[in-house]
Amino acid sequence: MSNNDFVVRFAGEGGQGMVTSAEGLAQAAAQVGYHVQTFITFPSQIMGGPTFAQTRISVNPIHSSGDYLDALICFNEDAYETHKDDVRKGGIVIYNSEAFQLEDSSFSVGLPFAQLAKSTGNARAENMIVIGAFAYLINMPKEYLEAFITKRFTRGRPGDEEIIRSNIQAFQLGSNEISKTGFQLGELPSPQPPEGQQILIKGNDSLALGAIAAGVNYFVGYPISPATTILVYMERNLVGPGRFVYQASSEIESINAIVGGGYSGAKAMTSTSGPGFSLMSEGIGLAWMAEIPLVIANIQRGGPATGLPTKTEQSDFLAALHPAHGDASIPIIAPGSVSECYDAAIHAFNWAERYQGPVVLLSDHQLSERSQNIPRPNPEVIPVERRQIYNGNNGYLRYEGNSVSPMPLPGGKGAYVANASEHDPSGDTTHLPHRHVEMTERRFAKLKLLENEHYERLNADKSIAVMPWGATKGSMKEAYGILEEQGLDIAWYYTMFLHPLPKKLLEELQSKELIIVPELNYLGQFASYLKTLDVNAKAITQYMGLPFKVANLVERVTKTVTEFRNEKVLK
Amino acid sequence: MSKKNPEYDFKWCPGCGDFAVKRALEMAMHQWTIKTEEPIENTVIVAGIGCSGNIVHLIDGDQPFGIHGVHGRTLPISLGVKMGNPDLNVIVVAGDGDFLSIGAEHIAPAAKRNTNVCAVIMDNGVYGLTKGQSSPTTVLGQITPTTPYGKIENSINPLDLYLTLGVSYVASGFSSKVKEMAQLIQDGMEHPGFSIVHVQSPCTTYNDNYDSLRGNVKKGISPTAYDIALDHDTSNLEAARNLVNNPGIPLGLIYRNPNSVPLENRVSNSQKKITFKSAEDQISAFTL
Repeated sequence: MSNNDFVVRFAGEGGQGMVTSAEGLAQAAAQVGYHVQTFITFPSQIMGGPTFAQTRISVNPIHSSGDYLDALICFNEDAYETHKDDVRKGGIVIYNSEAFQLEDSSFSVGLPFAQLAKSTGNARAENMIVIGAFAYLINMPKEYLEAFITKRFTRGRPGDEEIIRSNIQAFQLGSNEISKTGFQLGELPSPQPPEGQQILIKGNDSLALGAIAAGVNYFVGYPISPATTILVYMERNLVGPGRFVYQASSEIESINAIVGGGYSGAKAMTSTSGPGFSLMSEGIGLAWMAEIPLVIANIQRGGPATGLPTKTEQSDFLAALHPAHGDASIPIIAPGSVSECYDAAIHAFNWAERYQGPVVLLSDHQLSERSQNIPRPNPEVIPVERRQIYNGNNGYLRYEGNSVSPMPLPGGKGAYVANASEHDPSGDTTHLPHRHVEMTERRFAKLKLLENEHYERLNADKSIAVMPWGATKGSMKEAYGILEEQGLDIAWYYTMFLHPLPKKLLEELQSKELIIVPELNYLGQFASYLKTLDVNAKAITQYMGLPFKVANLVERVTKTVTEFRNEKVLK
Repeated sequence: MSKKNPEYDFKWCPGCGDFAVKRALEMAMHQWTIKTEEPIENTVIVAGIGCSGNIVHLIDGDQPFGIHGVHGRTLPISLGVKMGNPDLNVIVVAGDGDFLSIGAEHIAPAAKRNTNVCAVIMDNGVYGLTKGQSSPTTVLGQITPTTPYGKIENSINPLDLYLTLGVSYVASGFSSKVKEMAQLIQDGMEHPGFSIVHVQSPCTTYNDNYDSLRGNVKKGISPTAYDIALDHDTSNLEAARNLVNNPGIPLGLIYRNPNSVPLENRVSNSQKKITFKSAEDQISAFTL
């Protein structure tokens, strides 16, 4: 592990301040120009339960939250037992000596977290005790954290000064205590601040901001982990005349409400996760059938049914592609980073408006909760599109022709019936065989309007490639860097536009001998989809509710490539 | 599109109550355009699935907008249409199966938020389109294809249900009384909040209860439907509850909350001191 890059994990019982510690540290480091990323996972309960939060701090840009820990900070013994195997060789464990004792002091040090905090006069300053201890271990200048504490607690309230004083004291106390042990992890070099202004933001907030930049003015959602924070963001911010935000009574209500909103001319959106997405199936089919623009953000969690509400997985790809009965195939955009969450939301609205139908914005738990420094988004960069609106007279045939046609809006001319039943060009119900042929082909033809988006490629002349999707992009990107150094000689492809794929990208993929798709699900869902498109894809899967480790991807991609090459030689 | 579309081949059975509801709806929409001086295109009909929902394709004359959605979801869709553009006049049309069985979960939230839409519910006591199965308003013991030995559930009292859930305008109509129904629908459209006009609209094929509703002197049947007395206090919830829990089917306005505040006003009232921040300003909140 280089000295440019440190990973610390805070583990314990929910409510003990793990998340506050990880995010506080990330904020402090990002403020002075380091690259940071957090990873947070917690059980589905209000208080308590095993929780951990991790922060990675680096001088250089990073794409994952780190495989192995330089420091593990344990608030109780369970946390130690659960996480000790993730500590790298030479890493240090700092544990709460009020909760348990470790005998081997060659790698561990116990501190009385609560007692130290109390001695500052602020029993809630335990976070700062442990942050102080960690900061000492990596020789992070104390000024950085003092500045952060001062900024954070200067809130214009009477008690601010005392809180700032006690937190700074706690921070120093943590540092002093650890300095007595002689432990040291290395020295974090001075930051090399990235060019351009940075913001520190979580994936779901980034996604919500993208939607705002795209002009969302109608949002209805229902609380569900890990999508709730999008609804909360919208409830606070999507206000004023011409905008509507609402917590519905169910996901069935949400989806049908945004169908109505999209129909009446609004840029309509909902956010949900797997179980809610299942409930929305029929409504998504309605939007496809009646050709109504709207965006559904599905922030994936783990497993079928209630599954793993607060763990990460990429197992809704096939559900997003075919959420409903009958012939339908829903466009999917899946961001691969916190920064892409913002862009993907704008693209999703643009797609919905362009082809006049539902679009799934497929994110996941690890992106939703991850705090990361990203370049400040510029709302001007991606042009915002608006649907073609019908401006003619009455008697218009809304569904005539073999691709998208201007959409009349209630209140204007061109009244029609947006119909969930198969319909003729006017929107009236029909059972004629040729109409079902025409209309089915019309709906699929509109997807062609979405095939010209961008994609990433590296070493495109190689015959074998990796192609991650969604949040696995980050871990795979770091793994790809290592594989390149090791001389594995494979190409890299990536796009957030999963369906329909950019036409040129698909052609390139079809020309390759093998496309390796790392994805967090059992079925190898995206790889199986690529196979239906005549791409020789092979999945590398993981389904434990956690992201890939970079080292694991390096090993498995190497193995897959080697086996493929050996088989080829044998043939 | 009106019924003149030759490709659209749906037909109601002769004598179906829905013909009368269609006429009443056309009259009410027409009156609405005259009174408000708004074009008919400002009206949107959100239709459920069943015989009744086909009204949206059968309107004669000037055409309103329409959505013929999926089964049971008229209220969520109408929430969407209305709050997507609060200037629209939004009407829900659905049957007892669509509204009170598969869609029943949506009535309470619509009442609590007071979505400003007018729902016209055609109650024929059966699922007609799928050929006569039992519905929530089918009476206990009745034989239908899905209750071959008699219905085992009690029937619900829709009017009592609406009052209990807090619907701010509840009226009861009958397909034999078109003009009165038209007035109830028009008043429902004008009511600032969620209004329901629940209409007895008999199915002449599977559940012909005209005789029971209107009475039949020759057969010695006295009518169950009756006009509400003129002195009924429509602003009195208690009186309304008494009315709908007495025997028979009262026709007319049952309850109107005089203090009804529609959803769009609730939203604007709650946000009086809040202003929308531009995307740039919202991004700035995350700067380091």
